[in-house]
Amino acid sequence: MTRYFSEDHEWIEVEGDLGTVGITDYAQGQLGDITFVELPEPGVSVSKGDSVSVVDSVKAASDVYTPVSGTIADANAALNDEPELVNSDAELSGWLFRVTLSDPSELKTLMDETAYKAFVESL
Amino acid sequence: MSEYPIHDNDEAEELAPLPLPLDAWHRENGGRMVPFAGYLMPVQYDGPGGGIMAEHLWTRDNAGLFDVSHMGQLEISGPDVEAALEALLPGDISALKPGRLRYSLLLNEDGGILDDLMVTNRGGEFYLVVNGASKWDDIGHLREHLPDEITMSHLDEHALLALQGPKAAAALGKMGLEPAMPGMPGLEELKFMQAASYLWEGRPLGVSRSGYTGEDGFEISVRGEDAAAVAGALCALEEVRPIGLGARDSLRLEAGLPLYGHDLSEETDPVSAGLAFAISKRRRAEGGFPGAERILGLLADGAPKARAGFALEGRMAAREGAKVFSGGEEVGVVTSGGFSPTLQHPIAMAYVDAPHATDGTPLEIEMRGKRLPAKVVPMPFVPHRYYR
Repeated sequence: MTRYFSEDHEWIEVEGDLGTVGITDYAQGQLGDITFVELPEPGVSVSKGDSVSVVDSVKAASDVYTPVSGTIADANAALNDEPELVNSDAELSGWLFRVTLSDPSELKTLMDETAYKAFVESL
Repeated sequence: MSEYPIHDNDEAEELAPLPLPLDAWHRENGGRMVPFAGYLMPVQYDGPGGGIMAEHLWTRDNAGLFDVSHMGQLEISGPDVEAALEALLPGDISALKPGRLRYSLLLNEDGGILDDLMVTNRGGEFYLVVNGASKWDDIGHLREHLPDEITMSHLDEHALLALQGPKAAAALGKMGLEPAMPGMPGLEELKFMQAASYLWEGRPLGVSRSGYTGEDGFEISVRGEDAAAVAGALCALEEVRPIGLGARDSLRLEAGLPLYGHDLSEETDPVSAGLAFAISKRRRAEGGFPGAERILGLLADGAPKARAGFALEGRMAAREGAKVFSGGEEVGVVTSGGFSPTLQHPIAMAYVDAPHATDGTPLEIEMRGKRLPAKVVPMPFVPHRYYR
């Protein structure tokens, strides 16, 4: 399994052609207390960079962009009752959705963990 | 303190947000600084007890200290100053006794709201607190319309703090404030919408029992050089934590209090805005304030729109700009909305066509292509707990 990061502060963990997507711990810290997550519907086809999910905090609503193209396979239903999981465990149980990749070569445009850390420090 | 006019619109000032007297103090206390109304302000504090939700709930249960030094503090005095102010505001300023304050509105000629403000009779002068984002326009408007013999000072080197919450009085009581002059009330005698001057360790403080959260509390005008000492002494008390602008907004929304630039604007009149209480009885009878003809007509006939409160089902919040529907008909627009930390569901304020503004009316608010079921509810959403 390999984990990649986008400049929009999403992470994606890929196993075979299935990617699990969430927002990074840095992103949840910036957004603050999350009160609602709008999840994508399974079966919807999406293109890299599409806004497919929305994370609502007390302060504002923020779009979540898919870092890869493909078809939505699943969404994290636990967030319907516990959206605060995105705050407490953003990079594990606070995942948002799974996507079946249509073009794995897109992963090359993403950062690895070291590069993402350097990117965040540069902000 | 400096005498107006001295504000120059140089570009650097327009572009770069300015630090306020408590800038370093906020940073030492974990404040996350963001540009707001031309200044750098703490939106929330990092660390234990920080974050908008925790800060909000802390204020409802304990006492929160807010820095609102971006707001404009003005002193206005001179011959017939009451009449001069009444030419611009719809309040009964002549009847405002020393040591009392009231909410008022700066109106344009059409009765549109240029700003909302608090006006205090300080004895020899009137003290106004106006919104940060509109203060330069307000100062220009006041200077243009007030007679030349009226003096206006902008207290631009003063900070303004707000201590809010059910434990605010206990906390401020521990500070040992002394009335600045004989005959002024002790802090414990001060009731909602009353004000007095105090000394704290020799430092002058202008204190009013007022605020923007719906809770009991105080607003404290303090010289910039004394602000960090006052803030530090207050936050050293176990009841008090610093609270950022984020929670200030969610608290005032729950309290049903409008925010200028969002829920109020030059296009809004006081009657639609639900602020008819700011038009005093004598002024209704006599008129003589800007837009009186239109506003008195709206008072008599009813306004076509009304600012109404909404409770939403589910957890998705309606935000400013969202449209309100009754079936297929668009009947209004949201001006403020968010998740209520106290109630644990989303709430909103919207201007809707008057027939749809009755409590209990079921409507829908459109967010991101979805229709969210919503119901008109009375404001405040969370009951006020003022000390009367």
